[in-house]
Amino acid sequence: MDTNSNMEERLWDYVDGISSAHEKSVIEKLLETDSEWRHKYKEILKANILLQESIDLDEPSMRFTQNVMEDIAKYKIAPAASTYINKKIIYGIAAVFLTIIVAMFVYVFANVDWATTGSGGGIPFDISKINYGKIFSSTYVNMFLMLNVMIGLVFLDKYLSVRKKKLLEQDLTNTSI
Amino acid sequence: MTTQPSDNDLIVQVLRGNQQMFAELVKRYQNFVFTIILRYVESREDAEEISQDVFVKAYRSLADFRGDSKFSTWLYTITSTTCITHLRRKKQDVFSLDQENVFARAENLNSGFTANEVEQKSKINMVNSAIALLSPDDAQVITLFYKAEQSLDEIATIMGLETNTVKVRLHRARQRLKEKMEKHFVAELSDLK
Repeated sequence: MDTNSNMEERLWDYVDGISSAHEKSVIEKLLETDSEWRHKYKEILKANILLQESIDLDEPSMRFTQNVMEDIAKYKIAPAASTYINKKIIYGIAAVFLTIIVAMFVYVFANVDWATTGSGGGIPFDISKINYGKIFSSTYVNMFLMLNVMIGLVFLDKYLSVRKKKLLEQDLTNTSI
Repeated sequence: MTTQPSDNDLIVQVLRGNQQMFAELVKRYQNFVFTIILRYVESREDAEEISQDVFVKAYRSLADFRGDSKFSTWLYTITSTTCITHLRRKKQDVFSLDQENVFARAENLNSGFTANEVEQKSKINMVNSAIALLSPDDAQVITLFYKAEQSLDEIATIMGLETNTVKVRLHRARQRLKEKMEKHFVAELSDLK
């Protein structure tokens, strides 16, 4: 049996027009046959009309539009984000990260000695015997590090030039006021 | 007979450099924006300042409006976020459904109505006074749904919630509004029956 609040909720959905087609037909049938549902429906319909007709809007001061227009006169419309965010670059960065992650997984799984796993755990090699000097003297590692440094410098340069441009624009607007 | 230009037509004009057309958009939506903000802040001065901020933000990022949603939905989303940012900055309490003091606050607000005043209130005043007794979240949902003609999906976008959550909130808000009216406006309600 429906509880009163469930009935109310279903009827509000019906009045708001968000009930499914099946639910709608069920409610319509209930409204035809059940007086309790009919009574609640009338009550809800009345409340709905009251809300639709009675909510007042507050008004700001008479000068509001003028104030806004005076305020926006100081600004320019900023270019759309889509014009300066290149999706290809974002996809490119994502692809690089994904490739690195996949390559790491492939490398790790390819080097796992499955015969010894689970036989006591621990690292299957001696960390102290790793020759870090050999790793970091590799040409590829050096190239990778250099590339990262260069990308970092490019981003820093871009960030500083955008900041400089913004400051310049701000100065121009301030002087034109 | 002249028809009013649509929001999108006005936006195109503004983006082409006709800044004055933005005034038309401000006139169209200033009351809605102001009312939504007044649900959160008590001072009209603060509400006006935030409203102005909303329109300036909307103007500056107008090029980002792609027309995927209604302009009003986009504007109310800016309104909602600006309002919350302002409250956080001012470290005021953002009243939410979960806060226990919401109803205590509502009771305090009610103390301003004398019996005579209540009797004189029209149907419209009764509904608006009862809305003022609700929590800001409840009042905002009701205003957006009934006055700003936003669908549940659009309100979900504005408030950053799931559509189902908004549906539940709207239902609860109406129930609470009914409770408030039954408690504080008995005479008016009986007149309506």
